[in-house]
Amino acid sequence: MKTFVYIDHFKGEVQPSSWEALGLAKSFGTAVALVFGAGVDAVAKMAVEYGADEVFVADDSSLTDYRAEVYASTLASLAAAASSQSPNLILFPTTARTREMAAMAAIDLNTGVLTDISGLEANGDSFVATRPIYEGKVIEKTVCSGKPVMATIRGRAFPKPERVEGKSGTITKVAAAGEAKSTVEGYGASEGAVNLGDAAVIVSGGRGVSNNPSLTPPAGMDEKQAEVWRAQQGFALVTELAQLLGGAVGASRAAVDGGYIPYAHQVGQTGKVVAPDLYIAAGISGAIQHLVGMRNAKLIVAINKDADAPIFKQARYGVVGDLFAILPALTEAMKKKLGK
Amino acid sequence: MKIIACIKQVPDSEAKVKAEGGQVSWGDAPLVINPFDEYAVEGALQMKEAHSGSVTALCIGPESAKEALKHALAMGADEAVLVSDPALDNLDTVGAAKVLAAAIQKIGGADMVIFGRQTLDNGAGLTPAQTARVLGLPMLGLAGSIKVEGSAVTVERVIEEGRQIMKANLPVVLSVVQSIGEPRYPSFMGIRKASKATIPVWSLGDIGASAPAPIVTRTELMNPPVQDATIEMITGETPAEIAEKLADKIIAEKVL
Repeated sequence: MKTFVYIDHFKGEVQPSSWEALGLAKSFGTAVALVFGAGVDAVAKMAVEYGADEVFVADDSSLTDYRAEVYASTLASLAAAASSQSPNLILFPTTARTREMAAMAAIDLNTGVLTDISGLEANGDSFVATRPIYEGKVIEKTVCSGKPVMATIRGRAFPKPERVEGKSGTITKVAAAGEAKSTVEGYGASEGAVNLGDAAVIVSGGRGVSNNPSLTPPAGMDEKQAEVWRAQQGFALVTELAQLLGGAVGASRAAVDGGYIPYAHQVGQTGKVVAPDLYIAAGISGAIQHLVGMRNAKLIVAINKDADAPIFKQARYGVVGDLFAILPALTEAMKKKLGK
Repeated sequence: MKIIACIKQVPDSEAKVKAEGGQVSWGDAPLVINPFDEYAVEGALQMKEAHSGSVTALCIGPESAKEALKHALAMGADEAVLVSDPALDNLDTVGAAKVLAAAIQKIGGADMVIFGRQTLDNGAGLTPAQTARVLGLPMLGLAGSIKVEGSAVTVERVIEEGRQIMKANLPVVLSVVQSIGEPRYPSFMGIRKASKATIPVWSLGDIGASAPAPIVTRTELMNPPVQDATIEMITGETPAEIAEKLADKIIAEKVL
């Protein structure tokens, strides 16, 4: 059984769940890692260290920046190569890029893509995938009759293999294919790398972070500006705890719609579905759209001043209280206990 | 500018969706326009306002999906088309892309085809890029803003690492994210217009397409495991005392 694993990276920075995909591929047999880009030798070397049996590197100036069309064509041409070389399965981490390039390559190869899967079992020479649908309210098992089967894996759903530094392996250069249909003009002011899907700890804030009456906004702000300013002070407390615990900052829809924090931080329905080991919800009441996005966290802690907030129905530990007092106290207590 | 907004009808996000007898059930919850697709309609209307032209809402679904199209009309879309055929019951994303591409060609093509980022039901988010691939058009995915100058389209694409600014020439396929702007509420006049609109229904024969054989199929449907939701409330005299107890509890769970 041969599996291709697409190693997704941004300017050489690898999406960690790429390695989880590599580990999964190894459990089925031979794993060939695919690395696309320009000047990506370091990524190829890492793929060997994480256990790839072979690495195919398409190093080409047309692949310097991700563009869906060339990445999809390069992938499809590799997968369609001589049948002795062709894979039964192609695995990807689930990212903005991989959803697109897998989608397009599936059209070229006349096969399908199973997205955001949390389980995968071999069944003869095919596979059965487990994936959440309807925002995780229901789980389906699904199969793909095309070949190769393509699947994007959910972050943190599969174990990450050990890295053996300095390990050597076969790295083969392969050609890029296809024609780009767009140009990359640059990269906009980043909203800060937010990778909720891979975070082991997420501390999230909701509408409640803007409700600190003891703060006096700087003079000259209108009501809305003052609200956002207050919320940003609240999110500073959220961020402090998240950083201490080595985690990411999340937010409810109310918080992103209020302009308190960029959309990239949103957990839930229109945002990201996450499953960290620890999820701390501060000032989030817990609308169903938020709950479906975080209820698979291993441990959920809720802090809210409203004892009837629905978030408490989902949490293991709850505190009814003022997040502006509890969060900094929790950060202090954690600092002390973790010896940081 | 000729714009097509592709939409889908899904159960409302408040619906209690569950697996029942191998089928997905949402009780008597209403079916609505896919919330992500409201952003597609909003984006399409913004483009029409900036560059004039027309917006056509396009949907694959049963007769009842006309309600989702009426929502798009009420928001301000000029026309709506439903593709409906009993042979489309088990459509996968590749099939949907092929059917949409055929319908777009039957409409006479477009300068822009706009999608929401994904649907609330299947949630795969594959159809926009697959439709672009079938049509052979550039894909500008996850656009948070769209700017058109002459025949060039520039988008700010929202990705995990920040924003990627991409440019392509019309015609293009786009998918949009929330940063495009809150979808407008249907106006009173819009709702009246939508209620009177006649929505053409096209069969596969009408668009010259054959029924796509599904490649991806569901074999089993399950409800997620029920979690033990026994909550323990942490109380104390002072925030410091509460925090102290809570920190001990979290550390004892060995999740850090």
